[in-house]
Amino acid sequence: MDLGLSEEQEMLRESARGFLQKECPKRLVRQLDESDEGYSSELWHKMAELGWMGLVFPEKYGGSGRSFLDLSVLLEEMGYNLVPGPFFSAVVLGGLTVLTAGGDEQKMEFLPRIARGETILSLALTEPTASYDAASIKTKAVARNGEYVIKGTKLFVLNANAADYILCVARTRNTGNPEDGITIFLVDAGSPGVKCTLLKTLARDKQCEVVFDNVTVSEKSIVGERDEGWPIVKDILQKATVAKCAEMVGGAQAALDMAVNYAKERVQFGRPIGSFQAIQHYCANMATDVSGSRFITYKAAWKVSEGLPADLDVAIAKAWASEAYGRVTLSAHQIFGAIGFTMDHDIHLYYRQAKSGAVIFGDADFHRVIVARELGL
Amino acid sequence: MDFKFTEDEEVFRREIRQWLEQEIPQRWIELAPDIWEETEESWALAREFQRKLGQKGWLAPAYPKEYGGLELSHMKRLILAEELAYSRAPLSIEVEVTVNWVAPSIMLFGTEKQKRDHVTSVAKGDIIFCLGYSEPNAGSDLASLQTRAAEAGDGYVINGQKTWCSYGHLADYCWLAARTDPDASKHEGISLFIVDMKTPGITVRPLINILNRHSFNEVFFDDVHIPKENLVGQKNKGWYQLVIALDFERSSIGYAAANQRVIEELIKYAKETTRNGEPLANDPLIRNELAQLTVENEVARMMAYRIAWMFSKGLHPSYESSMSMVFISEVMRRTADVGMRILGHYGELDRDSKWAVMNARIMRMCLSSLSIGVGGGSNEIQRNIIAMRGLGLPRR
Repeated sequence: MDLGLSEEQEMLRESARGFLQKECPKRLVRQLDESDEGYSSELWHKMAELGWMGLVFPEKYGGSGRSFLDLSVLLEEMGYNLVPGPFFSAVVLGGLTVLTAGGDEQKMEFLPRIARGETILSLALTEPTASYDAASIKTKAVARNGEYVIKGTKLFVLNANAADYILCVARTRNTGNPEDGITIFLVDAGSPGVKCTLLKTLARDKQCEVVFDNVTVSEKSIVGERDEGWPIVKDILQKATVAKCAEMVGGAQAALDMAVNYAKERVQFGRPIGSFQAIQHYCANMATDVSGSRFITYKAAWKVSEGLPADLDVAIAKAWASEAYGRVTLSAHQIFGAIGFTMDHDIHLYYRQAKSGAVIFGDADFHRVIVARELGL
Repeated sequence: MDFKFTEDEEVFRREIRQWLEQEIPQRWIELAPDIWEETEESWALAREFQRKLGQKGWLAPAYPKEYGGLELSHMKRLILAEELAYSRAPLSIEVEVTVNWVAPSIMLFGTEKQKRDHVTSVAKGDIIFCLGYSEPNAGSDLASLQTRAAEAGDGYVINGQKTWCSYGHLADYCWLAARTDPDASKHEGISLFIVDMKTPGITVRPLINILNRHSFNEVFFDDVHIPKENLVGQKNKGWYQLVIALDFERSSIGYAAANQRVIEELIKYAKETTRNGEPLANDPLIRNELAQLTVENEVARMMAYRIAWMFSKGLHPSYESSMSMVFISEVMRRTADVGMRILGHYGELDRDSKWAVMNARIMRMCLSSLSIGVGGGSNEIQRNIIAMRGLGLPRR
């Protein structure tokens, strides 16, 4: 057993930390949060040059063949620095889907371009029911003359506004088993009939409504097998869930660091407020939450990385990290007091992320349902 | 990163399990004493078991071989602790205190003679120490202790009162912190001593605990003469030795493993019990609670693993141990609470009732779990440690 990072992972972490502190200051985060695009192409291309987009892709697809665990380390740093933009969509939701389920041609076409930062993918999975089960997939793709016509509304689609291609999860047949008959299509976002509307959200992340109004795609755009897309979705959701936990661990660590630094400096009653036990105990609880989230997340990430069965560990990680990040940012707000209640202060950026992170890919209740099932209850 | 145990470690785990299946006495399983529930009968069973454990080298597996240990790796010790706790093996808290705090302190600060006289005996399970730390006016503020050890002739004379001495009525020796320089500042004048509990002048009075059992004692020292050679380490530096000892293996893995067992029993109960015509396991609220307990216990387990892993890397956990203790103490209290909600009225019944379920473990745990999070440094003190040592927050 080894709970430490490898030398390579430490190097990745250090370089990511250094790079992001310089290239992704909070000023830029705010500016991009407020913008419609939600990302800076300058920062995006610099990240691509560092090899981040292709980190987990094999070398023959323009990547560097690193592990999912390595990607988790990087995502933790990105979460720490609140990096705005479609990295998660392009690499985790899009890239990994193409990598695990795509045909050779698709991989050759898309992965090197994702790795170079030239192509952005987005995953259109959830619909107005806002849930992550197969039965919620009502968007239809009907075969017609060797092509498919997609019709339906996808909601809460992350970064669709910036995407060149959208992975659309659609229903190609109804058999009574909701998990049967799901197909994933790789749709050019510029196709006629694709309409993307940005949603205004708490975290100011770029979630969209994407309407597919009789969008025609070729058979070649299917990722994986027709009607057999649900296992692919489950696999990608599992990876995305852990990846999100890693991001949340980074965010929680940042909120803790900010609050502790403030508690050391802010003087009231003639002493730093960090010398008061009430504040100390908040901080102790926050540190405990951050530690707990980190180990439980890395355990799940390690399992995913090793290709081991990970349903239980992933659900445990998300059930815990979702609530822990929320508690940490809430306590941070309490420590910052009134100044934290301003737009000028940075802590609310983390609080917003915690709220959004808790919901995406299933909240704590959702994952406790899985844990209970895995326990044989 | 690698979260799996090696094949060699897994073999070791199986070996322990097999051994425990054979060696845990049937009578102990019937008595099923929870923490703080030992009786004279269970204590005797436990001491016999501990000697067997000692013969295997498993009572103090970390010790050097010359003192009866195995110099076992930290990971194997973690596995051993996990299996002992999960199997509810007959080990009392005082054994753990003796093995993990007292004897290692003797190895670190003691004379050759003290090591020869005591460490091997501890590893064999032959002697047990009780802690003479707390006093009526020195609890969390332990350094304000007032029990006096005055130099007299070729020894020391001890006067004062200790309290909360767990199993002081059954222990062979007391590991005593006493004031040797009353004029020095409070951290400076303390020394540590080994005191034979049979020494004249020692009076032990029971404090009956919340489980209605005799586990704690007040210990009165009335002109107790002890030889000079019973001083351990440097005179007046006892506080610093004591604080170092507090950082010794304080892994909470035993608690996490024991609690895991309780959660598994609750899950089994929920599956097998029908209420209003439906298995309890079908109730979404109960499923949610049991899932959350599992999540929390897994977090606790990883925190405990971290401690062992840090030791294995030559790192010295301090606030990390506090984190892990605070966390598991609260998980255990919640486990008892959730258990009561799942069991309902049945959770109230004590073991003598024919209606009792789960061997009345939950009702006893409701009481016993109050001690985890108080004894050995309250959760408030642990949080102070996390804040000040871990996060660098100022004292003033």
